[in-house]
Amino acid sequence: MAPEPQPTDVALVAAIRSGDQNAMAQLYDRYSGVVYGVALRVLADTGAAEDVLQDVFMQLWRNPAAFDSSRGNLGAWLAVIARHRAIDQLRKRRPETDIADVVISCEQNLENHADRSRIVEKVRGILSGMPAPQRVALEMAYFQGLSHSEISAKTGEPLGTIKTRIRTALMTLRKAFIP
Amino acid sequence: MTSHDQFAEDLPHYALGALEGAERIALESHLRECNACRRELQQLEGDMALLSLSAAGPAPPARARQRLMSAISQEPRSRAVPRRRSWAWIPILAALIFAALSLFLWRDRETWKQRYAELQRNTQQNAAEVEHAREVMALFSGPDAMHVTLTAANVKPEPHGKALYRARDGMLMFIAGNLAPLPPQKSYELWLVPMNGAPMPAGIFKPDARGNAMVMNPPMPKGMEAKAFAVTIEPEAGSPTPTMPMVMSGAGE
Repeated sequence: MAPEPQPTDVALVAAIRSGDQNAMAQLYDRYSGVVYGVALRVLADTGAAEDVLQDVFMQLWRNPAAFDSSRGNLGAWLAVIARHRAIDQLRKRRPETDIADVVISCEQNLENHADRSRIVEKVRGILSGMPAPQRVALEMAYFQGLSHSEISAKTGEPLGTIKTRIRTALMTLRKAFIP
Repeated sequence: MTSHDQFAEDLPHYALGALEGAERIALESHLRECNACRRELQQLEGDMALLSLSAAGPAPPARARQRLMSAISQEPRSRAVPRRRSWAWIPILAALIFAALSLFLWRDRETWKQRYAELQRNTQQNAAEVEHAREVMALFSGPDAMHVTLTAANVKPEPHGKALYRARDGMLMFIAGNLAPLPPQKSYELWLVPMNGAPMPAGIFKPDARGNAMVMNPPMPKGMEAKAFAVTIEPEAGSPTPTMPMVMSGAGE
């Protein structure tokens, strides 16, 4: 028997707008691993990562209108919001990015668990295939929220070199997903 | 390198949150004007999302789910919080409001101009009518106007009167001529004879030296249908009922 088709993200967000708690639970089950994973990677603290997880999904519950499908797919959107919130927490600062301002162009379908797992593995493969200095610079900027100057100071590399490495690493990632 | 190229080069750093100070402000200003850079920023956010996925994996503890579901059950209704977006829409909204207001004021101005012109026309027309009425009145009542009553040859001129009456609003005008001089402490009194009931006082008057007299708009009830008008001689202050004989009378035509 074919598995029952899962509701789309758009349908679940529409249900949340009507106050459907079950829809919220489904979205949590779908994306909590992504949100929590990013937060944990940034904060390296399970309690703090749980707080970010709670915060991100509560924002979605309170303000589902902040997300609409024209802003990209929900999984990508939550992943980026989670990183922003985690960096804010890491730096112990007030949220600097309004979730309603985040617009994402991402063609990857993250709704389905199998597709999501395949994309996660692909990204990891691309990162591990990069020259280490590029990957390290990119991960320091993204997951540690370090400025280019800070990375330059930590690695002892010139600032311009750090900028170039980060830009190149991002382009490598993008090109790998161009059909 | 053009300034656009420089901004485009800074975009990855901006997307990472690594751009600060004046550079960040300048880039945000450029983003408001540059579609290409906005599109590129969205692409970069997509790249960041993929990067985030590399960290996916560890499942949050079950208590995190319970905590969330408990929290949302405390807020059972999804409250639509107004979006706080960038302020870029404000100039657009202001322009739209200004345009709508301008159109409204322009149309309002045109309407008022038309009303003013109409009012001016009415005023001019009313002034002309008042002037005409004044001239007619001056002709009737002025001492310099010659009053001539034409009768059949060899017939002694008799007292005569003309009443103009409109029941709807009680407007009454009475003009008389050839009236005999009154005895001392006496007045002529005009009477409205209704369709039913007793005659009603319609004004007291005294003729001038030439026997002419006029009654204009005495206080009359509205809607009183008149069968006839009559004139009697009464005490100077008037009388509630006519004293016979009648000097003259006439029925409606």
